Amino acid sequence: MTTAAAVPSVTAGPGPRAWRRFRRHRLAVTGAAVLALMALAAVLAPWLAPHDPYDLAVGPSGEIAFAAPPSLAFPLGTDSVGRDVLSRLLYGGRVSLTIGLVAALVAISVGSLLGVVAGYYGRGVDRVVSRFADAVSTFPALFLILTVSSFVAPSIVNVIVIIGFLSWMPSFRLMRAEVLKLRETDFVEAATAVGAGDVRVMSRHLVPNALGPIVVQATLGVAEAVLTESALSFLGLGVQPPIASWGNMLADARSITVLQSQPWLWLPPGVAIFLAVLSINFLGDGLRDALNPRAGR
Amino acid sequence: MLPFVLNRVAQGAVILVLVSFVAFGISVAAPGNAMQTFIDPNVPPEQLRAAEARLGLDQPFYVQYVRWVGEVARGNLGYSFRTGRPVAAFVGSRIGPTFLLMGTAFAVTLVLALWLGTATAARPYSALDYGVTGAAFAGISVPSFFTAMALIYVFALRLGWFPTSGLEDYAAGHTGIALFLDRLRHLVLPVTVLVLTGAAELVRHVRSAVLEELGQDYVRTARSKGVSERAVLRRHALRNSLLPVITLVGVALPRLLAGSVITETVFTWPGMGRLLVESVFARDYPVAMAINMLAAVLVLAGSLLADVLYAAVDPRVRYS
Repeated sequence: MTTAAAVPSVTAGPGPRAWRRFRRHRLAVTGAAVLALMALAAVLAPWLAPHDPYDLAVGPSGEIAFAAPPSLAFPLGTDSVGRDVLSRLLYGGRVSLTIGLVAALVAISVGSLLGVVAGYYGRGVDRVVSRFADAVSTFPALFLILTVSSFVAPSIVNVIVIIGFLSWMPSFRLMRAEVLKLRETDFVEAATAVGAGDVRVMSRHLVPNALGPIVVQATLGVAEAVLTESALSFLGLGVQPPIASWGNMLADARSITVLQSQPWLWLPPGVAIFLAVLSINFLGDGLRDALNPRAGR
Repeated sequence: MLPFVLNRVAQGAVILVLVSFVAFGISVAAPGNAMQTFIDPNVPPEQLRAAEARLGLDQPFYVQYVRWVGEVARGNLGYSFRTGRPVAAFVGSRIGPTFLLMGTAFAVTLVLALWLGTATAARPYSALDYGVTGAAFAGISVPSFFTAMALIYVFALRLGWFPTSGLEDYAAGHTGIALFLDRLRHLVLPVTVLVLTGAAELVRHVRSAVLEELGQDYVRTARSKGVSERAVLRRHALRNSLLPVITLVGVALPRLLAGSVITETVFTWPGMGRLLVESVFARDYPVAMAINMLAAVLVLAGSLLADVLYAAVDPRVRYS
């Protein structure tokens, strides 16, 4: 549209202003930094990992160790089948963070799409989709996710699909509410008056203006998805061994002997999940303050 | 008041029908059934098909659904694929322990959230406020099974204060007050896990609700006529902030139920959550579905109760 050029430019746009507010949120910046480090470690896992995560780890002098405590050769010890825990932690981070991110993206996409459509068209469409969302969210999320996981082959892709397609309800509600608000504004009416079609109004005017709260929701969604994946894998219904994920590394530690005498097997993955999720939550909190300054705490 | 309640009940009924549809649809859409899960390679296919027909597994989706709804309405939830026992009795025997766990956790969570929420709202941005906010962030970020394992490690294995698992010490054969104390000891760790992960959200909501009430005119009036700060907080601000908190009670229930799955599994607590995990592993759909439905009914009832309570306490709701 040519009218876009006619909008007078503001000296400091919403982007820089949001960035300034975000920078002041010290915990959010710390969270972002921790996450960046974790992401970097996950990407560089093949180069950072001292051993093969799927094979018997052999020390510098040719020694093999089963369930060995941390040492110079194996910084976080080895597990019961002699694999290096640090290497598995790095590779597990790859899996857990990827699942969290992609599953949250799926959930946000599905939720936003349904939300825009329901909010924009209203009436019957809205009623049907809203009641459906009500019904799905009446189940405790983990119950449905668990039940569905038993039907499908447990693979990384399936875990992503299950979590993604059963966690779209919050973003649906959020997007629908935003669209209902925006639909009545003058600029949307103007766009319709100039002849913009439904798809154009939705994609160019409604979605971009609802992006702030959606980004916050997406961030918190990643935290939720990382936790859900870890819970599923912990129960044995998520990522399957030998592939490492932070959740299934903890599943190996459910025996009392491991719990009692081999803390290097369960502390590192637990702390990793905690740190990742905490950082994401701090980041989300900072983004909320930055993108939506009017919302109270 | 009555029209409002009836209206809400009707809405709930509509959602319940949809809920049953979702639950049933998911389980039927699933490939494989109990017959295929427990297939003995030596069983001839015609015998297998006969067994499937006997269980009604060869019927189309809607036939199975209608039959299932009909049976459920008569109180028959079907039979477990795994044990052959009636689902209602099977699941029923697991409800007690889950309610014991959830009820205790809920009561502790509520008391803790009201107390900490009010205390932090009374002194916003104090050391206590920052501490509680930090703890709340940690609470929502830590996986509950990790909390459970850490608690077992410290308080059961290292210190030996509490048992590592179970509902009671069956071998000891306690009765009366000894049984009560024994169960209490078994409850401490699992309840702590549920409270730590569940209270975080509630505390923050109570805090902001009380904070908002403290800014109201009637609080200034109360203060100006010399009411003590303690009374202002307890009798004026907290009471009025209970209104929005009622809604959260409905939100806390699904969270507790979800938490019970992990907590019961780690602590081998003989409740519904653990039964769900077992059934899911065995592809025992009748049981898994009954638990899903039961959870959904509980959640629906919880939100209905919250709405009705809200309307009962706040007359403004009824007329809007």
